[in-house]
Amino acid sequence: MNALPLLLIGLAIFAAGYVLYSKFLGNRVYKLDASFRTPAHELNDGVDYVPTNKFVLWGHHFTSVAGAAPIVGPAVAVIWGWVPAFLWVTLGTVFFAGMHDLGALWASARNKGRSMGTLSARYIGGRGAKLFLVVIFLLLLMVIAAFAVVIKNLLISTPSAVIPAWGAVAVALLVGQAVYRYKMSLAVVTVVGVTALYGLILLGDAVPVVLPDPILGMSPGTFWIVALFGYAGIASLLPVWVLLQPRDYINGVQLFVGLGILFVSVMLSAPTIVAPAINNAVPAGTPDLLPLLFVTIACGAISGFHGMVSSGTTSKQLDKETDARFVGYFGAVGEGLLALGAIIAAVAGFRTVADWEAVYTAFGEGGVGAFVAGGGAIVNSGLGLPVSLSSTVLATMAILFAATTMDTGVRLLRFVVQEAGEVAKLKINNVVGTLVAVGAGMALTFSQGADGSGGLRIWPLFGTSNQLLASLTLSIIAVMLIRKRRNPLPALVPLAVVFVMAFWAALAQLGDLYAAQDWLLLAIDGVIIVAAVWVAFEAFVAMRRAAQEPPEALDADAAEKAGLKG
Amino acid sequence: MSSRWAAFRAGLEEFYAGPYRRTFARARREEDDLFRMVVLAEALGVPDPAAYYTAELLPALYEDFHAWHRRMGMDRSPLEHVGCC
Repeated sequence: MNALPLLLIGLAIFAAGYVLYSKFLGNRVYKLDASFRTPAHELNDGVDYVPTNKFVLWGHHFTSVAGAAPIVGPAVAVIWGWVPAFLWVTLGTVFFAGMHDLGALWASARNKGRSMGTLSARYIGGRGAKLFLVVIFLLLLMVIAAFAVVIKNLLISTPSAVIPAWGAVAVALLVGQAVYRYKMSLAVVTVVGVTALYGLILLGDAVPVVLPDPILGMSPGTFWIVALFGYAGIASLLPVWVLLQPRDYINGVQLFVGLGILFVSVMLSAPTIVAPAINNAVPAGTPDLLPLLFVTIACGAISGFHGMVSSGTTSKQLDKETDARFVGYFGAVGEGLLALGAIIAAVAGFRTVADWEAVYTAFGEGGVGAFVAGGGAIVNSGLGLPVSLSSTVLATMAILFAATTMDTGVRLLRFVVQEAGEVAKLKINNVVGTLVAVGAGMALTFSQGADGSGGLRIWPLFGTSNQLLASLTLSIIAVMLIRKRRNPLPALVPLAVVFVMAFWAALAQLGDLYAAQDWLLLAIDGVIIVAAVWVAFEAFVAMRRAAQEPPEALDADAAEKAGLKG
Repeated sequence: MSSRWAAFRAGLEEFYAGPYRRTFARARREEDDLFRMVVLAEALGVPDPAAYYTAELLPALYEDFHAWHRRMGMDRSPLEHVGCC
């Protein structure tokens, strides 16, 4: 099959989802009300609560939820063939992710813009909030470990990306100085910064950097992992305006550029899909499609992390409640587009099935490497860039996404460590907190071999805890809908599917990890299973209670607000 | 046209500054709290050789005084001569 019709079908499904299903959700289920006074107006403080133009807000929301994860997941999951991945990404985005992200935004906006952790205390019970902290800790730990491995693999497989990947740090530092110290026009700085980044890509393409083996007594893989954690540790300690803020900004711009390049190339070149529609001859050791597909692709189909962004920051900036449809639902569609692009790159950029099978030799192989190689070939035939330059562009893009998630992840992990320290009456300063975060991340990475070779085994487990978080958010939305006597099915059906798949996947991985004698991941999986049972129990009790209690009064949200104010 | 361009630039600025506004505000508040501690040191019973000079800054602190002592975990005003609550 040709990739062009597939792309168009995907776009049509997303468009239909946005036009029809999100309209249904907005009108019938969430009943978005343009006259509802959003937290941004009610609590406007110029800091957290700021009414924001819906396009700008969508930009923030989309760039904070999209990153390397919707590339890695689909690129790994096409090992089962492209049909399952395509269906889960498109239908998942329309019926799961869009519904979930929009719902989280609505739930938070109706509750003074409070975060999901706080909402679980109101709707599910106090214990739910503690559970949240544990799940988030694991989620962050796994994401920084998995991304360290992803970046390491790319730096070794695409040596031409080494200079732009590290040079981007220098570009970000200069952008930060230009904006804050010299107050230069942001539009000019943006153009110069992005041009400099692409200049570095050209330079890197001309001068590939292959590390000698051994380097400083380590293999190149080990060296890159140590260097990445060193970078992430330092970056997370610097004042945010110096590095993290300009880096996030340049990356946000880069996300749109990269998406554009990928989609235009597919449209111009119309590559043929060589990979099997459904792979009947998966390599030995590949876990079953059911349920692992549903946790391998988390971001790009449904991801609990989006709920954190929706309820943590986006809901506090919502100008009108009806904007939630565009910001929340279309934000999920944006991420679905990225995942769709990743699928096409990983299945259509190869000349023959044999070439494709040579890359996908085992579960976790291929992945981002296949995205870069395949996408490079597509950009080459679509835009006429040389093959090596095209791969450098895509590899740099993927590394930048993963690296910004990694440094922000270490920073957030430090906060979690410090918060946990406060509970234990221990004052943990920034340096010690960062050392703990980096140490734990490195321990997890190196538990997968000295060069982190088995690191992508972490990936499905990351997806599992992400889906667990999504289940928690969906149960909060369901409880709210039941209390308001609205139709809870649009939340309950995805909740049931996601929870069953995540729980099943957690159980299936228990056996795999035991066979692989990977005790650390086994312990993490155990914690996830306990947390899952807990979530299910608490959510069930909360829903029963909500159904038995008299329906919430129409003005309950307003009354609750008044109560909180007094 | 020029108003479109201005709106675009404003959107770009917001896109840059928005996500980190909270972080900066918090850092600023922490610095202000430290400053407040120094100025209030004498009144709170910590000998401060510079108290003579910082005394004239006191009125500038009254506005946020209530929020500050709540934030520091004191329900009522710790200073008898400041009756904010």
